[in-house]
Amino acid sequence: MTDDHDHSQPPSDLELRVKALESLLVEKGLVNPDTLNSIIDTYEHRVGPRNGAHIVAKAWSDPDFNTWLLADASAAVSSLGYIGRQGEHLQVVANTQDIHNLVVCTLCSCYPWPILGLPPVWYKSAPYRARAVSEPRAVLAEFGTLLPAHTKIQVWDSTAELRYLVLPQRPAGTEGWTELQLQQIVSRNAMIGVELVVATNTPATKSGPVSI
Amino acid sequence: MMLFKGQPCDNDGPVFQAPWEAQAFGMVLALHEQGLFTWDEWAQALHGAIRIAQTDGDPDLGNTYYEHWLAALESIALSKGLFSGAEISNKKKRWYAAYLHTPHGQPVELAVGDHSQK
Repeated sequence: MTDDHDHSQPPSDLELRVKALESLLVEKGLVNPDTLNSIIDTYEHRVGPRNGAHIVAKAWSDPDFNTWLLADASAAVSSLGYIGRQGEHLQVVANTQDIHNLVVCTLCSCYPWPILGLPPVWYKSAPYRARAVSEPRAVLAEFGTLLPAHTKIQVWDSTAELRYLVLPQRPAGTEGWTELQLQQIVSRNAMIGVELVVATNTPATKSGPVSI
Repeated sequence: MMLFKGQPCDNDGPVFQAPWEAQAFGMVLALHEQGLFTWDEWAQALHGAIRIAQTDGDPDLGNTYYEHWLAALESIALSKGLFSGAEISNKKKRWYAAYLHTPHGQPVELAVGDHSQK
């Protein structure tokens, strides 16, 4: 689905009410924006953040699922029980040696939250929204992500109708790992595209994805 | 972990269906932390909002929990005089207009001094 609107789709009435309250409370000094952000951050992982790691680990482990995910992400992800509640479409973009993908919403903070949870505060910030497009390599460097000069950076601008998820490259040294072990090393930031996945000596003890 | 009666949760605490729900939740925690109301007062406001919704025909199966939460937040803020109803509806209109009038590719923001992230 394409989005040819020349403006943003206004959010739902509920979201507008929340935005109105939030800006009034901050403007009147009733809450400190940093306090509010830190409280919200605490809960951001409660919207289902491990779902994305589950999807990535499965794509790394199962070539058929990988193909399906890249061809029709919405359907492939639905097969795992993760469905966008607002009917937005999902596109998965795969990193390779030659192309690194980076997701932004230049307009506001469109984000595949059923899969990644709430967007982090920096994702919603004006500097990230602008600079991810104008100087993506510098933004990546600030996240400690240094890419070879020949790697092209592809920036994807999310809309209300179409959200993106980065499929990171499976790191070397993870041969023979189980899907559950792989899940543990896939970070939210890697699925936004600001970081790479690195193999750590992970004990495969944590539980699987949060069920929703 | 503090939970309210009927609040959707799993073994680790509250769960949310959408970002705005967590934002509404966070605002109430922040306002309480500022001492602007007690948990007893909040429980009354929430109970009142649920009763009104049920009267209006909401079967109240849990999926609308944070709609009640948001209504309670608006009502307690008004009754405490934190701001007026006119201020809320004006702010809502401005956000709506900001979305409509912002070309794609530009950040949606209210006028200077009016935006929460300024």
